[in-house]
Amino acid sequence: MTFDVVIGCEVHVQLFTETKAFCGCGNTFGGVPNSRVCPVCAGLPGALPSPNARMIEYAVRAGLVLNCSIAGLTKFDRKNYMYPDLPKGYQISQFDMPICFDGFLDIEGEWGSRKIGIIRAHLEEDAGKNLHSEDGAGLSYVDLNRCGTPLLEIVSEPDMRSPEEAVAYVQEIRELMEWIGVSDCNMEEGSLRCDANINLWIYEGEKKYATPITEVKNVNSFRALRAALHFEVKRQRAEWEEKRLTLEEVGKVTRGWHEASGTTILQRHKEEASEYRYFPEPDLKPILVSKALVEELKAGLPELPARTRNRFVTDYGITMEDAVQLTSSRAMSCYFEDACREYDGEPKKIANWILTEVNGICNQKNIGIAEFPVPPSGIRELLAMTDSGRISGRIAKSVFAEMAETGAAAVEIVEKNGLAQISDRSTLEGIVREVIAGHPKSVEDYRNGKSNTIRFLVGQVMKKTGGKANPGMVNEILEEKLKP
Amino acid sequence: MTLTELKAAMERGDLSAKDAVAAFRDEYLEDCKHPQPLNCYIEFFDDALAKAEKADAARAKGEGGGLCGLPLAVKDNILVEGKPLTCASGVLKGFTAPYSATVVDRLVSDGMIVTGRTNMDEFGMGSSCEYSIYGPTRNPVDRELTPGGSSGGSAAAVASRMAPAALGTETGGSVRLPAAFCGVYGLKPSYGTLSRYGVVAFGSSLDQIGMLARSPDDIALLLASCSGADRHDATSEESGLEEILPLRPKEIGGVRAALPEEFFGEGIDPEIKEKVKAFASYLERNGAVVEPLSLPILKSAVAMYYIIAPAEASSNLARYDGIRYGFRSDDAVTLEDLYTSSRSKGFGKEVKRRIFLGNYVLSSGYYDAYYKKAQQVRTILCSGLAGVFDTYDIIVSPTSPCTPFRIGEKVDDPLSMYLTDICTTFVNLALLPSLSVPCGKTRAGLPVGVQIVGKRFSEALLLGIAKTYHESGGT
Ligand SMILES: [Zn+2]
Repeated sequence: MTFDVVIGCEVHVQLFTETKAFCGCGNTFGGVPNSRVCPVCAGLPGALPSPNARMIEYAVRAGLVLNCSIAGLTKFDRKNYMYPDLPKGYQISQFDMPICFDGFLDIEGEWGSRKIGIIRAHLEEDAGKNLHSEDGAGLSYVDLNRCGTPLLEIVSEPDMRSPEEAVAYVQEIRELMEWIGVSDCNMEEGSLRCDANINLWIYEGEKKYATPITEVKNVNSFRALRAALHFEVKRQRAEWEEKRLTLEEVGKVTRGWHEASGTTILQRHKEEASEYRYFPEPDLKPILVSKALVEELKAGLPELPARTRNRFVTDYGITMEDAVQLTSSRAMSCYFEDACREYDGEPKKIANWILTEVNGICNQKNIGIAEFPVPPSGIRELLAMTDSGRISGRIAKSVFAEMAETGAAAVEIVEKNGLAQISDRSTLEGIVREVIAGHPKSVEDYRNGKSNTIRFLVGQVMKKTGGKANPGMVNEILEEKLKP
Repeated sequence: MTLTELKAAMERGDLSAKDAVAAFRDEYLEDCKHPQPLNCYIEFFDDALAKAEKADAARAKGEGGGLCGLPLAVKDNILVEGKPLTCASGVLKGFTAPYSATVVDRLVSDGMIVTGRTNMDEFGMGSSCEYSIYGPTRNPVDRELTPGGSSGGSAAAVASRMAPAALGTETGGSVRLPAAFCGVYGLKPSYGTLSRYGVVAFGSSLDQIGMLARSPDDIALLLASCSGADRHDATSEESGLEEILPLRPKEIGGVRAALPEEFFGEGIDPEIKEKVKAFASYLERNGAVVEPLSLPILKSAVAMYYIIAPAEASSNLARYDGIRYGFRSDDAVTLEDLYTSSRSKGFGKEVKRRIFLGNYVLSSGYYDAYYKKAQQVRTILCSGLAGVFDTYDIIVSPTSPCTPFRIGEKVDDPLSMYLTDICTTFVNLALLPSLSVPCGKTRAGLPVGVQIVGKRFSEALLLGIAKTYHESGGT
């Protein structure tokens, strides 16, 4: 028996507009429950939606980078179902005329390159959240803060053939959406959510069978997505061998990922209760998306990460590996390029500095590079000082730590603390003489052929000068003086 | 006094707002003592008199807006901030409006005083004003009769002089029918003229606030204040009606009027036919071109209406689930129970009937056969009517096929009740403006309304013709 894994994804991306999809409430995360709620998002009697123009623009931008066609005319529909976190009893969504359709993404990895078809990307409003008390009182609460948040639901073809491909696909979406600034794609805060549909195509001799499709819900990290899909492959395979259930017999089931046990668990889900009864939203007019607007938005798109990566390799002579890391967010790629501007040295040095020192401090403080206090020019100035020999590499690290702490410029810190490198030959000769006089044993060792001993002596000079001595020069002087 | 006359009297200083509101309130209190009260107000607001006093003070300082101190009654499905709102339904018991409808907001900013909320058919569903948890409203012309629905409370309040003017709403004729039944003017403006923000939705693509008053001028006065696009309602539009004042009588000579044969045939009360024909000959005598017209699709309007309106209503009423506000059943255990029990107990039978109907026509098995088909026919109706207005300025027909019927007469016969909307529903489907004009009484003394329909945003024409007719004494 051989089989193929078949995966399709529905990715919900929360569009990071200033206000919600159909009202003026702020579109931010969290907050005191029900503090960001107006008559419209609470679905009060008489309230009507009025569409956010920015949401349409964001959807078009997203559609363009997903290689989609953009509908010239699009409309909203009502998706009717009752649930406590859905205050109107329907969700405004798009049914038969999505704003973006027929797109694709290329994903690359150990499988080579694969083109994943995108059926559609449509706009909809998010629902609220039900909160269930955990004190045993059995009470449930509804928080409507998230109600009306604009979402773009991106529906792929079932073109992925392994959990790794699915993860790569969702990561690619995450990177693109974050890159073009339409979403922060924070999976933990739910601004990127993914439901994956998975089944197996089993080949037995001439025959091909499809196992029932599982829609996997509740995956809120890439790790969970991967683990849940791997679990499903195993589970479906075992189920097939035991029961030989096919897609035709069972259809689709919903299973939730259970993090603690590392398994998926069968769920009863709300849409089973009734059908959605879609119909055109009569409170909103159809929306014309002009060619001119699409062109304008296309022109305003930034260079996409794949292209930026290649350019970094050719323009700055850095490795592809570094380029990939530097383009993991648009903020970081801009930071890198800004730092390289007007820098005379090797851009590779800047890349290294960002990927080790800057990232180190960012991780330690748990902030993004956008909030990092040292501007790109600060990195450039610091490295220029080491390049010219004004400070040593070791001093540079401590200067940088202070820059990140106080926001002061490198030059200021070096001057204030007297950290400039000692490259004055006669000063260094004096110190070297003292060190040689103070360590006769080492001098003897060196002269007896233990050439490594010179490192110890250089260290002693450094110690005496508080690390400020120019190491190259110290080495040179020492060698000269130690000649028998 | 009409609204316009009240306005003039207040401006001259002959009448204070306080006295005016007191007079309307006294009329209401007097009626409450009657063995068969009209029951047109659900609630006459306690603070109306105090607001009138404030308006008088503002006027004395030269402030207060163009409609300063003028009273207005408002149907119980239009939100007035801080006041209860129920749509005459048990489901909204205990709900207080946290904001005002845009239209109310604009009228109040111009100085109007809301006297109270008027009775209606539950959620606007009905043609008799009997489907109300507050009991039926009676027709001031004869208390045994219904005032027509669903804005029956508003029409009766105006006709009985408990308010000079009132706001109603319509989805298929609910302003015009009670206007005709009670002998007052009723305007259904073009869809989009007035913001629907703050109006409890019934059939969103058909709903519109309408005005009930005793003269075309009064209606123009209200329109000028509250029309115009609203950022809260994406379907609202600039209609230019803020410029309607002063309302000019329209020269009848040269007006081209069409009389659709479909509304003069079987099923129409002969006496009503006679009165409407008399109106047509008034137009003709004064130089209008009046011609019969056949537009068979008009006959399908009621059928279309009773698919589209319940479909939208079933969705619009889903929010009344007992979770966040209004009535919640206290004997529910599961979530499913909570919905079922709250909604079964909260909604009345006509509302339930239409929710079932709406869910049925939207269900996947029947969507194409009913809802989609109705939408297609609606498109044909609209283009057919556009063709009519290429040739004619107005369409003239009866407002209602029958004179006011007795309370209880049709309440258990929904189909015959639905047919009272036969002449009016096409207007809502085609987003047109339509005015019901009182045009005399039958031999039994019952009011008859003639309906004038124009093309979109031609309210000034309709009201101008009515004004000419009104000022000529209707002869
Ligand atoms: Zn809101």
